[in-house]
Amino acid sequence: MELNELSIKLASFETEGANFESFLIANPGEQDVLQVIVDGNDELPIFVTRTQEQLLCISYLFDEDEVKSELCNELNETLLRLNVPIPLSAFAKIDNKYAIFGALSVNSSLDDITHELVTLADNAIDALEAVTLYLND
Amino acid sequence: MSILKKLFTAIRGGAREAGEAIVDANGIRIFEQEIADAQNALHRAKKSLTEVMAKEMQTKRKISAVDASIAEHEAYAGQALEKGNEALALEIAEKIGDFETEKAENEQVLSGFSNHIVALKQQVKDAEKSIKENQRQLTMVKTTESVQQATMAVNSTLNTNSSSMTSARQSLERIKQRQQDRQDQLGAAKQLESDVNGDDLKAKMAEAGIGDTSPKSADILARIKAKQNS
Repeated sequence: MELNELSIKLASFETEGANFESFLIANPGEQDVLQVIVDGNDELPIFVTRTQEQLLCISYLFDEDEVKSELCNELNETLLRLNVPIPLSAFAKIDNKYAIFGALSVNSSLDDITHELVTLADNAIDALEAVTLYLND
Repeated sequence: MSILKKLFTAIRGGAREAGEAIVDANGIRIFEQEIADAQNALHRAKKSLTEVMAKEMQTKRKISAVDASIAEHEAYAGQALEKGNEALALEIAEKIGDFETEKAENEQVLSGFSNHIVALKQQVKDAEKSIKENQRQLTMVKTTESVQQATMAVNSTLNTNSSSMTSARQSLERIKQRQQDRQDQLGAAKQLESDVNGDDLKAKMAEAGIGDTSPKSADILARIKAKQNS
């Protein structure tokens, strides 16, 4: 599914009690990105990118500067351990930001994509809540 | 070096600027070229394979035809000997010799073709493997590139958006606040609805035994007992 098509479909779609707002960050000649906000939580937007094979859904959680430096290793280890149990999503680091992401096949249905988005949005909030201990006050 | 290893080294080095390409555009072109080359090789190998397999079949047919001729002439030679015509039998035997030479030549050609087929099948396999491998690596490179480009696009959007400046802690607080607000709204809506319906007043009146009180089981039992006694 193309990103602009996804954006249009999301506007009128509601699933698992959640609604979506989205807008395309056009990046002509390079990579377009669709910013999706699930249930009005615009603090944790999900950025959807389409490559040849995958739809990448990424939500940025926090900056590495926000991590208490003495707990950094422990946090990394915990996130690695959580990667398997956490449903559909995995933790990642992009540049200096920690992120949570999910990857789907480009042939995924709208139901698959929205399920991914809703799960990712919930996981992002849960993850942020769980790691506050490791973040600077 | 595999792309994953290259990426690993680049990330471990940590010296690169944010958004700097780990694998340059040239690297991607090389991969794409390697895939195209392997696809061409695959195409050629498959074409040669069908040609050689056809030739192998032709040669096999020739050999069986020669075999048939040899058997036929052996029978003739036998018949000539039976008739005591040794000279003719010798002539036929010479002919059989020619056939056997022809057969040996064809068998040599056949084994050449068979070996060629084995080699071509291996080439097809290798080309297919190489294509798959290069495509997998290219996917990794392209995904890395896409994520980098996407990150840059996202960053430029985030920087124009004040909400990005807040820390994760603040974000979480705001989300929690919003969830609480929603819960409160829902509670308030329920309260309002029951007010409008007068559910609240009715409940208070019922408690005080005023209005349409629902009959209590004790009262019902008393009524039944009264009926039995009468």
